[in-house]
Amino acid sequence: MGSGNLGPVEQCRRRGANVMSEAAHIPMRRAPGGNLITRMLSRVISGRALVIAVPLVWLLIFFVIPFVVVLQISLTDAAIARPPYTPLFGDNWEFYGDLENYAFLLSDALYINAYLSSLKIALISTLLALLIGYPMAYYIARTEEPKRSLLLMLIILPFWTSFLLRVYAWIGFLSLNGVINNTLISIGIISEPIVMLQTDFAVYIGIVYTYLPFMILPLYANLVKMDVSLIEASQDLGASPMSTFFRITLPLSLPGVIAGSMLVFIPAIGEYVIPALLGGPDTLMIGKVLWTEFFNNRDWPVASAVATVMLVVVVLPIILLRNAQPKEPS
Amino acid sequence: MAHSATAADTKPWRDPAAKPFIKIRNITKKFGDFTAVDNVSLDIFKGELFCLLGGSGCGKSTLLRMMSGFETPTSGTIEIDGQDMARVSPYNRPTNMMFQSYALFPHMSVEKNIAYGLLRQGMAKPQAMVKVAEMLKLVKLEKFASRKPHQLSGGQKQRVALARSLVKQPKLLLLDEPLGALDKKLREETQFELINIQETLGVTFIVVTHDQEEAMTLSTRIGVMNEGIITQIGEPTEIYERPATRFVADFIGSVNLFEGTVDMAAPDAMRVKTDSVGPILVNPVPGLTQGQKVTVALRPEKITLSRTQPSGNNILHGMVEDVAYMGNLSIYRVRLDNGNLLKVTRSNRLAEQEPISWDQEIWGQWSNAAGVVLTS
Repeated sequence: MGSGNLGPVEQCRRRGANVMSEAAHIPMRRAPGGNLITRMLSRVISGRALVIAVPLVWLLIFFVIPFVVVLQISLTDAAIARPPYTPLFGDNWEFYGDLENYAFLLSDALYINAYLSSLKIALISTLLALLIGYPMAYYIARTEEPKRSLLLMLIILPFWTSFLLRVYAWIGFLSLNGVINNTLISIGIISEPIVMLQTDFAVYIGIVYTYLPFMILPLYANLVKMDVSLIEASQDLGASPMSTFFRITLPLSLPGVIAGSMLVFIPAIGEYVIPALLGGPDTLMIGKVLWTEFFNNRDWPVASAVATVMLVVVVLPIILLRNAQPKEPS
Repeated sequence: MAHSATAADTKPWRDPAAKPFIKIRNITKKFGDFTAVDNVSLDIFKGELFCLLGGSGCGKSTLLRMMSGFETPTSGTIEIDGQDMARVSPYNRPTNMMFQSYALFPHMSVEKNIAYGLLRQGMAKPQAMVKVAEMLKLVKLEKFASRKPHQLSGGQKQRVALARSLVKQPKLLLLDEPLGALDKKLREETQFELINIQETLGVTFIVVTHDQEEAMTLSTRIGVMNEGIITQIGEPTEIYERPATRFVADFIGSVNLFEGTVDMAAPDAMRVKTDSVGPILVNPVPGLTQGQKVTVALRPEKITLSRTQPSGNNILHGMVEDVAYMGNLSIYRVRLDNGNLLKVTRSNRLAEQEPISWDQEIWGQWSNAAGVVLTS
């Protein structure tokens, strides 16, 4: 009987002790100093500003400042000096810059041809990537879940190997005694090897192969969100599958098409490694011209002018496409 | 109801010689191991507003999608107006569908959404626009012709979807939960509008719904579905007053179910001995014999409540445990002497009727005709 009474009493006591220790903790949690400092700090820099500040500072240091440097060099003249160009400002801040290098770019057909050829190669590559990438993205988006993740994984898988190695691997495929020629000869389809390496064809293969995932992923992200009942509704109203694709699916996936095309077009236009490794002497691309000016001719001012014009060539279509995109919520 | 007047003179399903407009025979649809629709046969007649009613996953939507061609039956045939649909692709069928999500094309205006079907079948644009204008008038959306779907309210979207699916004058219109996304008040208004439109155009409607009230209001006939099977087909009153199975009785409206065995089967009355409320007298059911296990279904509104002991058959005594005042009627939960609960509803039609409230002693009484004997 006595021990039976002891239990609850003991429990009570223990509970009391807990209450005591909790009470002792409360003033410590509410230390006034911490709150004040946090509040004052959050006045000066809010969390939101901090999040935006990191990429902004990054862009400032690694994009804006280098671009200003390049722009400045493009206004000077080449000189045998170190660095190899004349100063832009004199000792008393006189301005020595001029647009001579830009005029030079216009006067020499090489540069204009290189720009046009780059534009052509980038445009055709983008179109090819779109034609190949759209059906792939569509198929993945319409696949059921466990298989879909696997297919997406396969699209991303090439990124696990270095880009340079993958382009080198294409040399092994495309060269005169490469995998493709050897296979075709051994089957007996051809007797003489086909020249594929060091042609524009090889450059297209290289660019489309490398940038295809950048086309597929935004297209996939767009197509996977599309309501299947819209496609069913179109068929229900009498539109054939073909008609449904061009009237419903394609227009609704236009944002994905634009995003994917920009992600392929922009890096393709300034591509250097792929034309250098797979292209021939005739393959004229602005990236290669830029390299020659900088490292072979050591003409930094002309090279800077080439780079500046290229930036404008790349940025213009982005601005145009951005304005072309519909602004209403989907 | 507007439709009952016209439906009353023509009830082709009552005529065994009538030729059905849609003939569904032994349709089965399997998804892997799961049987969504299990050997369903169904006749639907021209001009009907037929409701497929059932809970989620009962196979009603799958059945509808097989009629529209979006699902291929595992076995069985579907005939629409004498034509077998097996090899007809969705875009060649004489049906149109109104989707639950409405599926309006977001990049097209209301006008273009409605014209879409007409233009795809090759109609010239000016002609199509005349038809679109007619449809817009029918659904009272003339002012919204150039709006995009995202600029419309839920009710307006529903009308556009209806107009779009009706503009091609399909032989059969399939509606998948047509009022599911609307709020209660709008849904009630739209129900009658839907009936009016159906009568004006004379198109055969098949409506899929999980809402039994909606099915009761809209339809000429209801097919109650459960686990891939059509449990009962009948007119709304038939389904409610004479449910064929326990499932139907329980699914449609509120019901008291008493399990028991047939105790005495006389030609004028039958007695069922139940565990929960003792003997119940019901009208005789041919074919039932003594000792057979049955369930008696009793609708709560068929029971009369009184504060004094009534005379007659089927009398139960208990205490009022709960009263829910719904305005037009009150719902009572009566705790019987043996501890079981009885659901009773009473209309609040008369202001001066005897008030009944909590913890009052009460008697419940019903006639022999009120109890429905179910064998499955």
